Amino acid sequence: MREHAPDATGDRGGRSGAGQGRDAPDLAAEACADARTIAVLLAVDPVGLGGLVLAGGPGGARDGWLDVMFALAPADTPMRRMPASIAEDRLLGGLDLSATLASGKPVAQRGLVADADGGIVVASMAERLTPASVAILAAALDSGTVRSERDGLSLVYPARIAVVALDESLSDEAGVAAALADRLAFRIDCDGWRAGDLDPAAPGERAEIAEARRRLASVTCPDAVVESLVSVASALGIGSLRAPLFAVRAARAVSATWGESCVGEDAAKLAARLVLAHRATRWPATADESDAQEPPPEPGDDAGQERDRESEPEARSDHRLDDVVLEAVAAALPADLLQRFKAGERVRPRGVSAGAANTQQKAATRGRVIGVRRGVPRGGERLAVLDTLRAAAPWQRVRRPAGAASESGRPKRLVVMRDDFRIKRYRQDAGATIVFLVDASGSSAINRLAEAKGAVELLLADCYVRRDEVALIAFRNQTAELLLPPTRSLARAKRSLAALPGGGATPLAAGLEAALGLCAGERRRGREAVLVVLSDGGPNIARDGRPGRPQAQADAITVGRLARTIPARVLIIDAAQRPVPFMAELAEAMGADLIAMPHSDARAISGAVGLVGLDQRRPAGAVAR
Amino acid sequence: MTTAFPFSAIVGQDDMKRALLLAAVDPSIGGVLVLGDRGTGKSTAVRALAGLLPHIAAVAGCRYQCDPADAGRGCTPDCPAHGKPAGKIKAQTIPVPVVDLPLGATEDRVVGALDLERALSRGEKAFEPGLLAKANRGFLYIDEVNLLEDHLVDLLLDVAATGVNVVEREGLSVRHPARFVLVGSGNPEEGELRPQLLDRFGLAVEVRTPGEVAARIEVIKRRDAFEREPRAFEARWRAQEEAVAHEVVAARGRLAATEVPDAVLGKAAELCIALGSDGLRGELTLMRAARALAALEGAAAVGLEHLRMVAPSALRHRLRRNPLDDVGSGVRIERALAEVLAS
Repeated sequence: MREHAPDATGDRGGRSGAGQGRDAPDLAAEACADARTIAVLLAVDPVGLGGLVLAGGPGGARDGWLDVMFALAPADTPMRRMPASIAEDRLLGGLDLSATLASGKPVAQRGLVADADGGIVVASMAERLTPASVAILAAALDSGTVRSERDGLSLVYPARIAVVALDESLSDEAGVAAALADRLAFRIDCDGWRAGDLDPAAPGERAEIAEARRRLASVTCPDAVVESLVSVASALGIGSLRAPLFAVRAARAVSATWGESCVGEDAAKLAARLVLAHRATRWPATADESDAQEPPPEPGDDAGQERDRESEPEARSDHRLDDVVLEAVAAALPADLLQRFKAGERVRPRGVSAGAANTQQKAATRGRVIGVRRGVPRGGERLAVLDTLRAAAPWQRVRRPAGAASESGRPKRLVVMRDDFRIKRYRQDAGATIVFLVDASGSSAINRLAEAKGAVELLLADCYVRRDEVALIAFRNQTAELLLPPTRSLARAKRSLAALPGGGATPLAAGLEAALGLCAGERRRGREAVLVVLSDGGPNIARDGRPGRPQAQADAITVGRLARTIPARVLIIDAAQRPVPFMAELAEAMGADLIAMPHSDARAISGAVGLVGLDQRRPAGAVAR
Repeated sequence: MTTAFPFSAIVGQDDMKRALLLAAVDPSIGGVLVLGDRGTGKSTAVRALAGLLPHIAAVAGCRYQCDPADAGRGCTPDCPAHGKPAGKIKAQTIPVPVVDLPLGATEDRVVGALDLERALSRGEKAFEPGLLAKANRGFLYIDEVNLLEDHLVDLLLDVAATGVNVVEREGLSVRHPARFVLVGSGNPEEGELRPQLLDRFGLAVEVRTPGEVAARIEVIKRRDAFEREPRAFEARWRAQEEAVAHEVVAARGRLAATEVPDAVLGKAAELCIALGSDGLRGELTLMRAARALAALEGAAAVGLEHLRMVAPSALRHRLRRNPLDDVGSGVRIERALAEVLAS
């Protein structure tokens, strides 16, 4: 487990969904019952439903759920645990080196995904999976096969799997990568209930489920139900079409367990609640159903009842079913969704952040292998065994003493010479994360924010080569807010920074705390951290949230000193009309460079970031386009 | 899954379908990049294309399935057709290769490497062709292209530009033809593509999840029907699939005879200048794509309406980036189109 970063950044996008924010114990009981239902449905149709995100720390509830699920699934269901750090060749399969050497011809070895065919992959700390691992799992979930083109072998194995993604991310961290979460039907939060709350598998239940499995193929789903599930998903602002597809499959699995031959209203309601509620990005009372990416419009008072009928086909008759299903989902929506929604905040679906999940930790002698080079391993370098063998292979006839080995009946030995040695090369440069801390308070805030946003986008447009990421935190009134989690995606930045609020008091200390917390997290990920503070230097809110200039300044200095211990390089841009003495003090405390920029503009800011020394790592020729 | 979802059963996504068809009509357009939201059927459409393409003639026994008409010229010396008179070359019909480049592929499998089996068992030094060889004269498909390892991207850039794969490793020295249409798909939110790789794609299309509930319902219904009874579903769409295949074949036949009037060429050049797109590749692609569209529609000559239709996909990924300009590249192209075509 990692440390908990300071809370100031953590209000948005964290684990605040189903279960939390609703405090009644019966809700916990309901969540627990749903969790059990999901175990049953997954046992009935593992491949169709893809699996689930199982969120929560290790321990009772999580393990208890896994026990129940495996007790319900057929007895011979394969289960493979997959560590987040799994190497690609173990995941995909490749050359079995010892067998290859023993037999003298290439022998293939199945990877973990192919091994789990017909069963379940349990991915530990799934929020830490590399994008490559996520893509491999996603391809297996989509196609039911795993393809490997490695080590001179071309392999295709069946891999009809379901994935249980264990998500241990803390509330202020990115969850399971969206590309994976989107392909898993369900989500269970293990907070609020214990293993003992879960009914164990009853005797004979496994046989019943086997029966349901057989029935599944013959269960029909009426068009009206399909239409309702799609409409409800739209009303909840769910963009991906996989969600309604999962809802249809889940409804069929529900009916199969209930012994129905045709999906009815109750099955549809249950499936919608389990599949759609945790994906909702807006409260269902909306005019525009087309674009889930837009910030939601103002919520109506009669949320959940009114439906937009304009965009619906005339031919559809059964709007009543839509309403019934929608109500069932709305009842399961986390209460805080509505609260946050009313506060004007855009609700970010879980697991969407680009954070930890989208980068890999890299160091000189670890990380992703990018190739091999000739040479003898020393100083922690690792031998690329396979490439060494491949280099040695063509020369064996020549090197072997004439007629010696093959006639004596002993196994042939491979003659490897110093010249054959190959060493693995790893990707070294982990890149930096540039954290912008922007003062969104006061009258000139809007302008400053706009220029900071421009600078973020300029930097991003220029950072493929450098593998740098950019984040943005704004502070105003009482708190700091993480508007853009670390990302390399220009598309994401544009979307996240589309509308920035400004004005109000200046809680610089809170802002620094949040930003340095983020920097510390980036350091833990093995990345460099660069903090760019953009402010006019008039803090007036102390760390404890009380107004008062002297205390606010003192707090900012205290917090700022942490920058030296993280360590993070800091650039302070003084945006005031005349230089503020306090900013020099702060720069001194943080060990920061200070630049006065009374008329901030995006290009000057991104240029100044270059001055901190970032550009020294830029490869020759990689000039901004 | 043995049965692929039929191309013609894909709901909406007309831009994407058109771009793929154009690339099938004229492979020299140089590939298609499909970028967009999750779960929009990007992979489905590209794989469905495989089921559409007519078979090609290839030299029997050639590991690069080279064209019998070339008589081994441009192929490796070990091609069976090498140096033989045209009458003596054995040909066979094969489906157009559609090769997946899966993430996690290693360099040796992509470019080809020493044949390990023959080296280990017989001590022979032989070349084992890789995916680039398999994709020759066909399609190379990369899902999640934006997650591709940098060193593989560099390899692809080189080969896609020259049409030749040069292997110099493990004491091997091999050159073989590798002309393929690069088809990539990905979600831009998971990482940007390098400009050099962007430029290698002839056409770029953006796909979005359909917004209207009616269309979404149709998507789910068809998907559901396909999953439950893939064979029956395929049979129901076979006539449409054959019609599309027929159109592609007919368009290929018409392509050479489809005229490109000088006036249209002039407008294409003006458009590229107005947009400040880099290099000549944009203009060339614009012209080829417009011609392929005209051929597909059975027009005798390329008209301005063809230019208008293909301009966004031919140019959107070649515009100079201006991060401070919030206007999408599509809008910029529309504006330039309006200006250029009005004059």
